[in-house]
Amino acid sequence: MEKFTRLTATACPINAANLNTDQILPARYLKWPRSAGIGKVLFQDLRFDGEGREQPDFPLNRPAWRDARIVVGGRNFGCGSSREAAVYALYDYGIRCVIAPSYGDIFSGNAIQNGLLTAMVSDEDDAALMAALEAVPDQPVTVDLEQQIILCGNKIYPFTIDPVRRMRLLNGWDDIALTESYRDQILAFKSADRARRPWAVPSTSAT
Amino acid sequence: MNQPETLFDKLWATHEIARREDGDALLWVDRHYVHEGSFHAFSRLKERGVPVAEPGLTFGVADHYVPTRGPRRAIANPEIARMVRQVEENTAAHNVTLFGLDDPRQGIVHVVGPEQGLTLPGLLIVCGDSHTSTHGALGAYAFGIGASEVAHVLMTQTIWQKKPKRMRVTVDGKVAPVITAKDIVLAIIAHIGADGATGCAIEFTGSAIRDLSMDGRLTLCNMSIEAGARCGMVAPDATTFDYLRGRPYAPKGADFDRAVEVWSKLTTDDGVPFDKEATLDAGAIAPTVTWGTSPEDALPIDAHVPDPAREPDEDRARYLRGALEYMGIAPGQKLTDVAVDRVFIGSCTNSRIEDLRAAAAVLAGRTSKVPGLVSAGSSLIKQQAEQEGLDRIFRDAGLEWGESGCSMCVGINGDLVASGERCASTTNRNFRGRQGPGARTHLMSPAMVAAAAVTGRLADVRPLMAGRKV
Ligand code: SF4
Repeated sequence: MEKFTRLTATACPINAANLNTDQILPARYLKWPRSAGIGKVLFQDLRFDGEGREQPDFPLNRPAWRDARIVVGGRNFGCGSSREAAVYALYDYGIRCVIAPSYGDIFSGNAIQNGLLTAMVSDEDDAALMAALEAVPDQPVTVDLEQQIILCGNKIYPFTIDPVRRMRLLNGWDDIALTESYRDQILAFKSADRARRPWAVPSTSAT
Repeated sequence: MNQPETLFDKLWATHEIARREDGDALLWVDRHYVHEGSFHAFSRLKERGVPVAEPGLTFGVADHYVPTRGPRRAIANPEIARMVRQVEENTAAHNVTLFGLDDPRQGIVHVVGPEQGLTLPGLLIVCGDSHTSTHGALGAYAFGIGASEVAHVLMTQTIWQKKPKRMRVTVDGKVAPVITAKDIVLAIIAHIGADGATGCAIEFTGSAIRDLSMDGRLTLCNMSIEAGARCGMVAPDATTFDYLRGRPYAPKGADFDRAVEVWSKLTTDDGVPFDKEATLDAGAIAPTVTWGTSPEDALPIDAHVPDPAREPDEDRARYLRGALEYMGIAPGQKLTDVAVDRVFIGSCTNSRIEDLRAAAAVLAGRTSKVPGLVSAGSSLIKQQAEQEGLDRIFRDAGLEWGESGCSMCVGINGDLVASGERCASTTNRNFRGRQGPGARTHLMSPAMVAAAAVTGRLADVRPLMAGRKV
C-alpha cells in the first residue's frame, strides 16, 4: 500500500449527500477485474448520459477539476453497497483523498485498505470548502495527514481520522502482515473457543 | 457481580482474540460467506500462494449473477458465465462448500445462511456484502466487509474491528393488521435518517419486535445497513430457537438443548446505558413506501411527497428537487397518484415464504395491471411456494415466476428495470440506477407491491385486504 503523508492537488467538489457506492461505481462494472481499468468508469452514470456523452454539469467533467486528486463530498459519502471496487475506481482515476462530514462505515474501511484517505471535516468547513472551490475552481488544496489539516486559499481546516488509520496510511501498512504477528494468540483462542462453544462449529451431520 | 452488559458487548467479548493499544480488536470469525463477487479476494490468496485458513467455516453461494429467468446453465453473457464459474472454481480449489447453481439449496446468501442453520445466535458472521446485517436477526454479530477484509478473513479467519457504539431502537406496541417488518424498518430509517446509525451496532427491542416472526426479523435487520448501522440484531428467544430446531447445519439433539441454554443468556442486562436511543410507536406505523432516491425518503402511503418550494433549507431543497426530478414525480404529488410500470418481489429483504404468502394473499383471484417478476429467496423456498400453490396465484395474476437469486434487486444478472421505468419493489435500495440505469425504484412490503400490481399505481393495501385472511 502506498503511503500518504501530504498531498497538494486540485480538489473537485461534489455537492451531494448520501452519494452511494452504486453511483461511484455502477453494479454492471463489478465483474471487471481491476486490471480492466476501473478508473475509466468512475461515476459512469453521473459523468455520462445513456449514449456515452459527457454530462458537462458533472463537476469532474469541468475543465478545472478533470485531473482532481481530491474530492470534497457531502454527508454519508460512500454509503450503501460494500463494493470495494468503488474505492479502486476512485483510486485508479487518481483520487487519493475524499473530504466529507461523514462516510459509509464499510466505505471508509475499504478506503484505508487501499491507501485512500477519508478526511472528516465539520459540516460548516465542508460547505466552506465547496464554496471556496466554486469561487476559485483551480486553486490547489493541500491535505496534510501529519498535522491533520487542509489548506485552501489562506484558510486552514482541521480534519479528523481514526488514529490507527492515520498511522497505517502514514506508514503504508497492510493488515495481513500485522495479523500474522498474532498467530500464536489466534491458535490459542481457537482451541479454547472450540471447548467453550462446541455448538459454534457447523454440525457435520448436515444432509 | 459482573458489569451489566448489552447483547452486543457479550457477542464482542466472546470473539476478542487480542486488543491493540488503540482499542482495535482482533476478532474470531465463526462463519464466512462468499459469493461470485468475492473473486478479488480469492485472487489475492492466489498471488500470495496461501490456502483458506478454515474451509469448514467458509460457505459459498452463487446468487448475485445467476440467471433467474430462463434456463439456468445456458448463460449467454460470457462475463456473467465467468463470474458463476469463478466462484465454483475458487470454492472447489479451497475445499469450501458451495451452494452453487445446480444445488437444490442454492439461493441468496442472506436467505440460505439462516435457512440452512449455518447462521446461529452468538456467532460472528461476515460476508463481502453490506446486507450481511440480516443474520443479526438470530442474535448474531454479522456485518458486511470489503474485498481486502474478505481476503484477510480467508487467510486468517479473523478480522480487525473498532468497537461500534451501541444503539437501541425500541418499537413498542402492536402494529395494525397488514403492517409488516418492512413498514417498521422503513419508518425507522425515515425517523433516524440514512446515516442515523453510522458507526453503531443496533439492537432492536420492544414488544413489536418480539412479536415479529423470524422472517420479519430478517427483513428488519437486513435494512439496518440502510440506516448506516454496522450491524443490527434481535436478542434470540423462543421464536429463534423454534426456527432453528432441525435445520441441516444447526446442532442436533442434546447439543441443541445445551446450545439453547447458552443462547438464552444472549440478552441485554437490565439498566445498561446505550450510546444512542430511538423509539417508535408501532401503532402509528402505516403502510410505508419510498418516494425518492434514499431509503430515508419514506412516507406513509396516504402522504404527499415533499415540495422543495416549501423547504427553508437550501441544501435540502436542492436534494428534494434532484430526487423528484430523477423519480419523475411532481412536487407535493399524492403518493397514490403515482402510476407504476412494473413490480418486483424478491431480494434478501423480502423473498422468504411469509413474504410470498403475503403478496399472494393480495393477488389471489386478481390480475396485475403491469408486468412483474417474483423471485424466491432460495430454491427451497421456491419449491415450498410451489407446494403451497403460490406460484399459480402469481402466474394467474400475470406475473413471471422466476428462479432464485439477487435478480432485479441489483440487476447484475441482466434482470433490469428499463431507464425511466418505475418499479414497485420489495428490495432494500432505491438508489439512482440501482435496478438499472435510469430506473426508478419505490421500496415497500410484498403486500404493498402486490397492491401496486393490482391497481397499477402506488396503493394502500389495507382496503384490498378487506374480508381476506391476513
Ligand atoms: S438480494 Fe440485493 S441486497 Fe441482497 S445480497 Fe443480493 S444484491 Fe445484495
